[in-house]
Amino acid sequence: MAAPLVNAPKRVRRGEVFEVRTLISHPMETGFRPGTNGTIIPRDIIEHVRCRFAGETVLDMALSPAVSANPYLVFYVRADAGGALEMEWTGDKGFSASYSTAIVVE
Amino acid sequence: MKQGSAAVAFFALLAATALAQGIADPRRSGFDDMGTALQAIQRDDFSNPAALWLAEGESAWNRQAGSAGKSCADCHGGPENMRGVAARYPAYDTMLGRVVNLDGKIEDCRIRRQKADPLPHESRARVALEAFVARQSRGLPIVPPDEPNVGAAAAAGSALFTRRMGQLDLSCAQCHEQRAGQRLAGSIIPQGHPTGYPVYRSEWQSVGTLQRRLRNCMIGVRAEAFAYGSPEFVALEAFLMRRAAGMTIETPAVRP
Ligand code: HEC
Ligand code: HEC
Repeated sequence: MAAPLVNAPKRVRRGEVFEVRTLISHPMETGFRPGTNGTIIPRDIIEHVRCRFAGETVLDMALSPAVSANPYLVFYVRADAGGALEMEWTGDKGFSASYSTAIVVE
Repeated sequence: MKQGSAAVAFFALLAATALAQGIADPRRSGFDDMGTALQAIQRDDFSNPAALWLAEGESAWNRQAGSAGKSCADCHGGPENMRGVAARYPAYDTMLGRVVNLDGKIEDCRIRRQKADPLPHESRARVALEAFVARQSRGLPIVPPDEPNVGAAAAAGSALFTRRMGQLDLSCAQCHEQRAGQRLAGSIIPQGHPTGYPVYRSEWQSVGTLQRRLRNCMIGVRAEAFAYGSPEFVALEAFLMRRAAGMTIETPAVRP
């Protein structure tokens, strides 16, 4: 499984609203589809995506089976203080992935 | 004098424009037939999910594999040295004594040079490597080799392209030449050019090779699909690349 890809600026101005783009490999199996032998393929989705910036939760999102495979998410964060941007994806079958990068606020 | 040369330049410009209009290329990439939403995803490298495969391909390029303990980079250097390679495959391989496609050539290097275990066709790792190598040729025109074995393969591919097949008794040409631009159920029938492969196809929700695409078309007409890596598929690929000669490589494209 590929590491998640995250696109965020390295430096931002204080008070600036910046964009974070994320892409992760995941089948997002809905739990409603029959497989080739007719039995339902068990649900396997990412349930939660969370992002903390400088210690503060800035995104806490629940995904549903309606989200397509390899979820691509874009969201915006206001930079009040610099620090680590920490992303976390968790889901069915113990799925867990994370990513962290430092953002300097000047 | 001055006026004279300005007039010549003007007429030369007119002639060039007329020539350009006269030979307007009727060929269209599948990109031109897609909706604007999918086009936007293809245009933006980061929102194209194929980025995940490219990242995997890049780490495989730099990772040692097989009992030779060598990475692709150990022998080939940076991936930029692969620029232009995808634009001229399938090619005749003197060592193997046959025409191979890019996927087959990479697998040959893995097995013979890296002494690594074969990767299953269409496996994620195998598709990722091909996508990463082919990505280096994005933006370049397709230039099929002018070589007799490749020519023979393309001729065989051309024959297959016009042969009716399957329970629906349709040839590739009946859809992709005669009915290109018309609709088949919800989808527009494209001209069927191989410009973007491997592609991220939303129906697959993954990246797949040209042969996977061709298998889908064959299964669609209820024909028994050729095997991955078979001479028939390599021949069809050689033909499709000639038919698309001069068109621009888009890899990794996005398709519905
Ligand atoms: C019944 C009509 C039909 C036949 C017969 C058919 N195809 Fe297709 N083909 C399609 C359609 C429709 C699509 C596009 C599907 C989509 O939008 O996802 C397609 C897609 C393709 C593409 C992908 C083009 C791109 O832009 O990525 C190629 C290449 C292709 N076909 C080649 C072939 C070959 C070679 C054959 C014969 C072995 C063949 N097709 C037979 C209908 C057909
Ligand atoms: C031990 C050295 C070695 C390693 C490791 C190696 N290659 Fe090669 N590769 C070669 C040589 C030598 C050639 C040219 C001769 C030939 O075609 O076999 C070549 C040819 C190629 C070609 C054809 C280039 C062309 O211009 O037609 C491709 C594509 C390629 N390699 C990809 C790869 C990839 C991808 C990997 C890693 C998975 C890899 N190679 C690993 C030595 C190596």
